[in-house]
Amino acid sequence: MNLRRDVFQAIADPTRRAILLLVASQSMTAGAIAANFDTARPTVSKHLQILTECELLAQQQNGREVYYHLNPQKIKEIADFIEPFRKLWDDRFNTLESIMQKYKPNK
Amino acid sequence: MELKTKVNAEEGKQDVLVTREFDLPVDLLFRAYIEPELVAQWMGTKVLKLESKKHGSYQFETVDAKGNVVFRANGVIHEFDSNRKITRTFEMENTSFAVQLEFLEFEKLANNRSKLHMHIIFKSGTYRDQLLQLPFAQGINMAHNRLQDIISQLN
Repeated sequence: MNLRRDVFQAIADPTRRAILLLVASQSMTAGAIAANFDTARPTVSKHLQILTECELLAQQQNGREVYYHLNPQKIKEIADFIEPFRKLWDDRFNTLESIMQKYKPNK
Repeated sequence: MELKTKVNAEEGKQDVLVTREFDLPVDLLFRAYIEPELVAQWMGTKVLKLESKKHGSYQFETVDAKGNVVFRANGVIHEFDSNRKITRTFEMENTSFAVQLEFLEFEKLANNRSKLHMHIIFKSGTYRDQLLQLPFAQGINMAHNRLQDIISQLN
């Protein structure tokens, strides 16, 4: 598993979560995003690169400027990431319930 | 419709709570956890060993059609209180996952109704998130493999 491109690794960082919140309302240039942080510009660029690599952010060229916006599809994947785990247990528990409803103690 | 099985994993924490209500008396729900042949049926795994008592231990194993071991897990039972509680460790063998601690509580709601609380504590929040993601990742892998099967049939 390539952790660098793992979405969960990406959102584990507080600065990257703040970036996602910033661009949630409107698409922004790297400069405008960086202006919201005390961090050095190259550090913010690195965060943007990681978020783009794991497809949480998408880039759009607008004249000379590159705008970043959220990729809603990928965001939805994170929101749903717990669902397969829930489904796994739900299936097991459904089996448990039907087995035990038919169960006859042998004493 | 409300979901029968609920999973609560708060962000930044290292535990998860799974709850489920059953149309079963609590003693039958409990029994499903302590008899090896029943555990094997609903967990879908072979039960190599299951000593349902304080300081007892257990071991599960799943093999694929070719006989390769695809999953093996073991643990030790720390608390055993009939029809009420099982506290145990759970460790997947040959993986990088750290051992986890499970608190299973069996609650009687009515004569034919019971509730299970499964509280799992992980070594860290990262381990928890990785484990929760496991079925998610497996789902993606399965979809990917299916795609590969289809593509290879086209060739």
